[in-house]
Amino acid sequence: MTQAVPDPGAAPVPEAPPLPEDRQIELLAFHLGGQEYSVDIMSVREIRGWSKPTPLPHAPGYLRGVINLRGTVLPIMDLSERLGLGRREASGRDVIIVIEAEGRSIGLLVSAVSDILTVPSDALDAPPDLTGEDGARFLSSIALHGDCLTRVLDLSAVLPPRTSALI
Amino acid sequence: MAGPDPMDAIRKTFFLECEDLLEALLEGLDALSTGSGDTDTVHSVFRAVHSIKGGAGAFGLDRLVTFAHRFESGLDALRTGRIEADAGALQLFLRAADLLGDLVRASRDGLPTDAGAEDSVLADLDGLLGTLPEEREEDLDFAPAMLAIPLDDDTPADAPAPLRLSFRPHEELYLSGNDPRHILAALSRLGPTEVTCHAEALPDLATLNPESSYLHWTVRCAPGVTTADIEAAFEFAAGLCDLEVTADEDPVPAAVPVPADPPPPDKNLPGAGPAAPPPAASSASAATTQTPTVRVDLDRVDRLVNLVGELVINQAMLSQSVRQGSLPPNSPVMAGLDEFLQLTRDIQDSVMMIRAQPIKPLFQRMGRIVREAASRTGKAVRLETSGEGTEIDKTVLDKLTDPLTHMIRNAVDHGLESTEVRRIAGKPDEGTVHLAAHHRSGRVIIDVSDDGGGLDRARIRARAIERGLLSEEADPTPSDLDALLFQPGFSTVDTVSDLSGRGVGMDVVKRAIQTLGGRIAITTEPGQGTTFSISLPLTLAILDGMVVEAGGETMVMPLGAVLETQTVTGADMDALTPESRVLRVRGRMLPLLDLGEVLGHHPRRDDLAGCVALIVQAEGGSRYALTVDRIADQRQVVIKGLGDSYGPIPGIAAATILGDGQVALILDPIELREHAPGARRPLAETMP
Repeated sequence: MTQAVPDPGAAPVPEAPPLPEDRQIELLAFHLGGQEYSVDIMSVREIRGWSKPTPLPHAPGYLRGVINLRGTVLPIMDLSERLGLGRREASGRDVIIVIEAEGRSIGLLVSAVSDILTVPSDALDAPPDLTGEDGARFLSSIALHGDCLTRVLDLSAVLPPRTSALI
Repeated sequence: MAGPDPMDAIRKTFFLECEDLLEALLEGLDALSTGSGDTDTVHSVFRAVHSIKGGAGAFGLDRLVTFAHRFESGLDALRTGRIEADAGALQLFLRAADLLGDLVRASRDGLPTDAGAEDSVLADLDGLLGTLPEEREEDLDFAPAMLAIPLDDDTPADAPAPLRLSFRPHEELYLSGNDPRHILAALSRLGPTEVTCHAEALPDLATLNPESSYLHWTVRCAPGVTTADIEAAFEFAAGLCDLEVTADEDPVPAAVPVPADPPPPDKNLPGAGPAAPPPAASSASAATTQTPTVRVDLDRVDRLVNLVGELVINQAMLSQSVRQGSLPPNSPVMAGLDEFLQLTRDIQDSVMMIRAQPIKPLFQRMGRIVREAASRTGKAVRLETSGEGTEIDKTVLDKLTDPLTHMIRNAVDHGLESTEVRRIAGKPDEGTVHLAAHHRSGRVIIDVSDDGGGLDRARIRARAIERGLLSEEADPTPSDLDALLFQPGFSTVDTVSDLSGRGVGMDVVKRAIQTLGGRIAITTEPGQGTTFSISLPLTLAILDGMVVEAGGETMVMPLGAVLETQTVTGADMDALTPESRVLRVRGRMLPLLDLGEVLGHHPRRDDLAGCVALIVQAEGGSRYALTVDRIADQRQVVIKGLGDSYGPIPGIAAATILGDGQVALILDPIELREHAPGARRPLAETMP
């Protein structure tokens, strides 16, 4: 159905047909602890500048607190600490990636967003079984783009447990 | 998102309408029981059940149809005067109405229902109608009209002479959304029918008033059609037309047979399914005098409430930054800002009013609680209500059901004496529980009173001593004694009854009311009765709060929980154990908590001199002192749920957004106390 109507005036250009929409995936990439991570761009709602969160008492360390997102109270998670890469000291240049997964919204605190990657969905590989590596359970897949490896996060694993975690 | 199933939307509307109809039904039955009802009331009650049955038929809710049909037969007997509207019959109808409500809700939510209750009510209905001839034709008259299935012609054809009727609609018939076409179509479906339209009165076009009624019809019914069939067909036109039914002897003069499609030129939709063009046809007759209303999704209202909350915050932020700009106070900007503030408040009030709902449906539900409790305790109880029109926030309303149910059961179970005792006291056999609602100074007051024996203070005292809630030599005032009822684990009745016992006491009620930001009080007069008075905020969306700072964070304490404040000098503080400290407040010792420490913002501090202690009311009337670094402000805040993005946080009730755009947490004084490290329940800190 996507066949272009041949233009009789133009010479046929041998052009690689673009991949159909469903066969490629866009990832929002950022760096944590010197490694590249990414999330499916479809779950990203917005990217906003850093603002100081209000800490929540008795919350796990990776939960930095809550901020006011246009009237909604949005929890902020230190992604680095959540992935076991150590707590990062907040700086004014940090950004918050607001994601929505499983009907919940949360802000991920990262240093900067580096790129938007378009990768064919068959380039996504299941992460190797890294038993014992704490960070591995948060990955849904890995992908190579150029020479770089990007680690695609499994957002449902990254989200804090819905209840009891704070009690 | 795929388009929603249109049937789903219609189904939803049907169940919403059912709620209204059930309300009208209970209201009508109540009016009949108190003797204030008349023939119209009986009709409206009948119509309500009839409409529910009709809609249920369209959705294939067979069980509901069956029950509604039997119920309807009973009401029909009442309507036609075959049975008397005595107390027994009305009790039964009320029970049936309760059960009908259950069935409607069960059908809506796809839940199972208690078939036993259904059978017993049906058996009683049969008993009531036992001596009366069965009315089978109802089945036939109704099903085709609602299901729009062409009906079989198997009506018994043994009637002597076909009936003939003259039908002259009034203007009001059209105004109420009825259409003669549907009525005539319903008649014609009962068998071959001759309909003659008389248009003689029709003026010429120049003088024609399109809203007047000029046409009338004569109808020669099919053989076997009975008066009851005709009445059923004209159900919704009752009182809106002149109708004469005669036995047909001679043929119709100058007959112009119209095949069930009379003139009124508008949309062409046979059958009166729930989605038929006059959407209000079924309810219009019952609700013609009401002010027009719209049904709005609660989500949309909530969104509006949220947006207005935003506006309030935004306005506060704007004022704050303008004030920092050091403009002269009489500058046009400041004047404009003041007007903006006023407008924002007005908008906020109006939006809150949208969420406000009359308390009536809740009171009606309590009628059922009273009936059930009365029948189980064997006491004769009457529920009186007043101020049903009082409006209250929908969220508050929903959360009031449980505490109120409990209080009503308490009133019937413990408050009212048994019939014998009442006779000795010279009171009427029938006890009264009175539910009253009214507004007072920005709050809603709900009173639950009974005319029973009042609180037995000697017994309360004995029980309190037995439970260790009171020392032997204590001499509390009567009202202090009454307040003991709200202590956890307090119950003066030794046997746990089926009704109010269940191991929960008034402390649970009090807790529920407190979470709604409300207060509860008792007044009792020995021998005369007891009144529980609940005072509630009008809304849950806005809170009067005290903005405090502790451990570098800004937080909000509900103002209602703060009894007084005191600056800590250091000399008024004592350590009881290494873990717990007390503060002397006007000669009394109160447990002392340091807010920053409780929330983990800083480690334990030994020197609290210079801090401000909030004397806070916790559970069961106990008090404690909570130290903060500073009181920053006192203002209304918009409550923001912490959402379900993560679990509940002990000590934190919700969040709000302050004028500077920062999120501040709203404290829960009761939970703070319970979750404080090293601090369990206060020792004997019970008497306020």
